Amino acid sequence: MSPLHAGAILAATTSAERAELVLFIILAPLAVVTALGMVLNRHAVYSALLLVINFFCLAAFYVFLQAQFLAAVQVIVYAGAIMVLFLFVLMLLGISREDMLHETIRGQRPAAAVLVALLLAGTIWALFTHPFSGVGADLNAVAGNDNVRAIGRLLFTRYVFAFEATGLLLVVAAVGALVLGKRAGRPLPRGSAAQREEQVP
Amino acid sequence: MRVEPSWYLVLSALLFTIGVAGVLIRRNAIVLFMCVELMLNSVNLSFIAFSKLNGDLNGQILSFFVMVVAAAEVVVGLGILVAIFRKRSSTSVDDVNLLKG
Repeated sequence: MSPLHAGAILAATTSAERAELVLFIILAPLAVVTALGMVLNRHAVYSALLLVINFFCLAAFYVFLQAQFLAAVQVIVYAGAIMVLFLFVLMLLGISREDMLHETIRGQRPAAAVLVALLLAGTIWALFTHPFSGVGADLNAVAGNDNVRAIGRLLFTRYVFAFEATGLLLVVAAVGALVLGKRAGRPLPRGSAAQREEQVP
Repeated sequence: MRVEPSWYLVLSALLFTIGVAGVLIRRNAIVLFMCVELMLNSVNLSFIAFSKLNGDLNGQILSFFVMVVAAAEVVVGLGILVAIFRKRSSTSVDDVNLLKG
């Protein structure tokens, strides 16, 4: 660890802040490295596993930012459900022989590099011209030391319509995935609605 | 010296940019989806950092909804991918060119 980092740690006041600083110094580069590895890795399975590590880092950041419920949701939904879905589809479709070697559109990668550099410069410039200083408020105090209860209260009062709408969205997504995943060639059960529909034309 | 929410904003910008780079240079549709997930997650990190900065829980709620929509998007997207794979035996986006003029 560099002297700069060591000095910064000694200057931190409470033990909790010191722990957060140390963990941030470890986890933030880890998050960036795993994200880069995800993009640059030629094997899609390694990409997925690196992305899982990235999601765990983000869950730790959510805890530091006093979003304990979302940290749990991040691990359960993203690292648990979504990445399992990704790996399942990867295994189902077979590991494709990778594509990174040749570029199919001429000049695509230089153009991508320029655009990405512009985007990064723009966002960093925006962050440094309008600096958000300070450590913010104590969200635990705002939530009455119970993050889950506070979020649940907001979800079922102010955002209840959005909550119901996302429920509907999830149902539609599940039905859509079933329809997309159904094999077209297989004979349908006799008398089913889909079979009658097929006989119409 | 202690960690400020603005550090998380810079980290979020970095992760988002990496996700955009992945979408621009990769050709495997599954990896493209992973890059989109990375971008959604980096924006979630921003929302939560702003939530802490402003002392307002609404940012966390919004982040929660982003997660739900991301889950739905992945389910439908991977379903489409499986359907395309049945037709074309490939997950490369270059092979999906039916609408190409």
